[in-house]
Amino acid sequence: MSKEKILEKSFLLIALSSISILALIAFFIFQQGIPLMWKVGLNSFLLGDRWFPSKESFGIFPMIVGSFWVTLGSLIVGVPLGMACAVFLSELTHPTIAMILRPMIQLLAAIPSVIYGFWGLIVLVPLIRDSLGGPGLSILAGSLVLGIMILPTIISISEDSLRALPRTYKEGAFSLGATHWQTIWRVLLPAARSGIVASIILGMGRAIGETMAMIMILGNATQLPNSILSSARTLTTNIGIEMGYASGDHRQALFATGVVLFFIIMGLNSLALILSRKGRA
Amino acid sequence: MKISRHHTQGLAKGVIWVAAFSTLAVMFWILYQVLREGLPLLNLGFFLQAPRQMGRAGGIFSTIIGTLALTVVAIIIATPLGVGTAIFLREYTRESRVSRIIRFGTDCLAGVPSIIFGLFGFVFFVIFLRMGWSILSGGLTLASMILPTIISTAEEAIKSVPYTYREVSFALGGTRWQTIRKVVLPNAIPGILTGVLLGVGRSVGETAAVILTAGSSFITPDSLFSPIRTMAVHFYILAREGISMEMAYATGAALILLILAINTVANWMMYRYVHKA
Amino acid sequence: MSIRLEGSSLMEKQTKIAIQNFHFYYGTFMALKDLNLSIQSNQIFALLGPARSGKTTLLKSMNRLTDLIFGTSHTGQIFIDSQEIYGPGVSLPELRRRAGMVFDLPTALPLSIFENVAYGPRFKGLREKSRLEEIVEKSLQAAVLWDEVKDRLQNSALRLSGGQQQRLCIARVLALEPEVILLDEPCSGLDPISTASIEESLTRLKEIYTIVLVPHNIQQASRVADRVGFLLEGKMVEEGPAFEIFTRPKNKKTEDYISGKFG
Repeated sequence: MSKEKILEKSFLLIALSSISILALIAFFIFQQGIPLMWKVGLNSFLLGDRWFPSKESFGIFPMIVGSFWVTLGSLIVGVPLGMACAVFLSELTHPTIAMILRPMIQLLAAIPSVIYGFWGLIVLVPLIRDSLGGPGLSILAGSLVLGIMILPTIISISEDSLRALPRTYKEGAFSLGATHWQTIWRVLLPAARSGIVASIILGMGRAIGETMAMIMILGNATQLPNSILSSARTLTTNIGIEMGYASGDHRQALFATGVVLFFIIMGLNSLALILSRKGRA
Repeated sequence: MKISRHHTQGLAKGVIWVAAFSTLAVMFWILYQVLREGLPLLNLGFFLQAPRQMGRAGGIFSTIIGTLALTVVAIIIATPLGVGTAIFLREYTRESRVSRIIRFGTDCLAGVPSIIFGLFGFVFFVIFLRMGWSILSGGLTLASMILPTIISTAEEAIKSVPYTYREVSFALGGTRWQTIRKVVLPNAIPGILTGVLLGVGRSVGETAAVILTAGSSFITPDSLFSPIRTMAVHFYILAREGISMEMAYATGAALILLILAINTVANWMMYRYVHKA
Repeated sequence: MSIRLEGSSLMEKQTKIAIQNFHFYYGTFMALKDLNLSIQSNQIFALLGPARSGKTTLLKSMNRLTDLIFGTSHTGQIFIDSQEIYGPGVSLPELRRRAGMVFDLPTALPLSIFENVAYGPRFKGLREKSRLEEIVEKSLQAAVLWDEVKDRLQNSALRLSGGQQQRLCIARVLALEPEVILLDEPCSGLDPISTASIEESLTRLKEIYTIVLVPHNIQQASRVADRVGFLLEGKMVEEGPAFEIFTRPKNKKTEDYISGKFG
C-alpha cells in the first residue's frame, strides 16, 4: 500500500475515536447498571420512592422528580432572562457595547460550576432560609443557580441566531411601518425560532447534567420533594454524593442511575440535532 | 383603554433593559464576591506551599501541580486525536455515511454529562485497565471530555483555509498529505490552538469526573500513577466540608483568575486569527 | 511554420498534447462535448470563448486538477507525448509537474518568496540548499522577477504587488521544470505594464515549453497566440492558426465572437 493510502487509513482510524469512546461509555455504564435494574425490576427502580442502599432498596423516583423540578425551574429562570439579554445585546444596545459584553458572557460560561455552587451556598441558601423558611438547601436555590448557569448558553446561541438573520427582515418590517419592538416581537424572534429552541434544549441538557453545584445547594434529602423549599436529590447528585463510598449492589445502582441519565441526555441531544437540521434546511 | 404601539414598545424595551441589566449584574456580582474575599488572601506563599491540616492552612501547591498534570495529559492525548479527526473529515472525505457517523458520535459525546464521564473513567480506566485513581486515569477521562471541542474548533480552522491554497499546492505536484502538512495545517494552527485553550479551560474547571478518576489526595504527586487533587476539587471539598471558608475563597479566586487568563488568551487569539483571515 | 498534413508521422512527433473524443461531466452536466484537438510543441495555443464555455474545465482536465472536484467524470482520452494521462498507473503529482498551471488570481502562498518558488521542487524531494537556490534564481529570472526581488527573497510573498505575484506564480511553475505550461487568464486584474511583461515572457518561454493559454480577451490572443481554438458551450467550434482565425474565420459563430457581437 502506498504511503498516501496508509495515511488515509490511519486518519480514518483516528477519526473513529470519538464514536469508539461513546460506544465504550455506553457499554461500560450499561454493563454495570443494567444487571441491577433487572434485579430490582425496572418498575420498582424507576418508580420506587425509597432509596435506602443499606436496606437494598433502590428506588430513584424522588431523584427523577428532583431532576425534573430543578430543570424546569432553571428553564423558568433562564429562558426569559436569557432571551431578554439576547434581544438586548442584538437589538437594543450600541454594537460596541455588545462587542465588549459578548466575550465577558463567554467568560461566564467558562466559570466552573463549583464556583456557582459556592456562591449559591454562601449567599442564596441563607437568604432563602431566612426569608422563606425551610432548610434553604432547596429546589428553589438549585433552580435559581442552575438558571444563572445556563444563561450564557442561551444568550450566546440565541443572540447568534438573531444576528444571523438577514437584514432584509428588519428593513422590510420597518418599511411597512412597524415599530422596533413590533419588529423584534413579530418578525425577528419568530424567524430565529429554531436557533432559540436549540439554545434552550442545549441549556436543558446542561441543566440536567449538572452535578457539583447541585450537590452543594440542593441538600441531601432522599425523600420525594413536596415543595420548592424542600431539599432534594437529582439523578446526578445521587451518583456524585454516594459514588465515593458505594460498593457492590449499591455501586451498581448508581451506575443504573447513570443509565437512566444517559438515555435522557441522548434523547435530548437527538431532539436538538433533529430540530437544528430541520431549522437549517 | 387602548395602549398605543409606542407605549407598548416603551414598556417592552423598559422591561428588557431591566431584565438584561439585572441578569448581567448578578452574573458578574457572583464573580466579584468570590474575588473580593479571595484576592486579598492570594500571595506567593499560598501558591507555593502545600496544603496543611486538611487544607485549613498552608497553600495549594500540590493542587496546582495536579491541575497542571491532568491538563497536560488530557491535551497531549486529545489534540492529536481531535486534529486527526478534523483532518479526516475535511481533507480525506466528503459527506458520506462514514462522516455522518463520526459527526453523530462527536455531537453525542459533547452532550454527555461530566458525571457520566466520571462513572466511565472510574469503571474503565481506574478499575478495568487497573490504572487506579491517578493522573493517567483522570487525564484520559478529561481527554475524552474535551475531544469534541477540539474536533469542532480544528474543523472550523481547517475549513477556513482558502481552497485556492490547496488547489495551488496540488497544481504544483503535491500529494494530499504534503498539501495538508505544508499548506493546510500551518494556516489552521491559530484556530486549532484556540480550541486547545478552550479544552484547557474545561479541564481546569472540571470537578465531577476528576474526583471519580484522579482521587482527592493532596499529597504532591510523584508519578503518573499517583492520585491528585486539582484546584477545582480542592475548592469543592473545602466548601462542602466546611473546612475553611477563607481557604475556599482564596482557592476560588485563584481558580477564577486562571480561567480568566486562559479565556482572555483564547479570545485574543480568536480576535487576531479571525482578523488575519 | 510547418504545413499540417493529416496522419504525417513528422507531425505526430511535434504534437505535444492530443485530445481525442473527450467529453467531460460535472455530475450529469456535460461541460465539454466531443473535443478533438492537437496542440503542438513550442507553441502558444489560445482558448477563446465566452464565459462558462468550458475553457477552464478544459485547461484543468489537462493536468487532472479536475480530479479534485467530486462528482466529475469523462469519456475519451488526453495524451501528453502519447502517454494517456487518465490511464492506469499515472502519478498525479508527476503529471502536474509536467503540465504546470498558473491561475487567474495571483495565488501566492503565505510563505516567503523563496519558499513559494521552492515549493514544487521540494515536493519532488529536492533538499539540497544550493540546488534549490539555483532553481529559484533561474525560475525567477525566466519570469522576469529576479531583479526586483533578489534582495528580499525571505520576505512574505503576500507583500508583492499583483503583477509581481503573478510573475511569482509563473516562476513557481517554471521551477517544476515542466513541459507544458497552462495559464488561466494570467493577466486578469493586472495593469497594462505587468500584462505586457508577462506576455513578453510567454513569447520567449514558448521556445522551451508548450503553452496553453486562456487569454483575458481577444486582443491578448491576437498578440501572443500561434494557434487559436474557439470554444462555445463546451464544443470546439473552430481551431487553426491565429492569423486565419482572426482574419478569415470559417464559422459564422467564430466570426461573431471575434467581432464582438457576443461574449
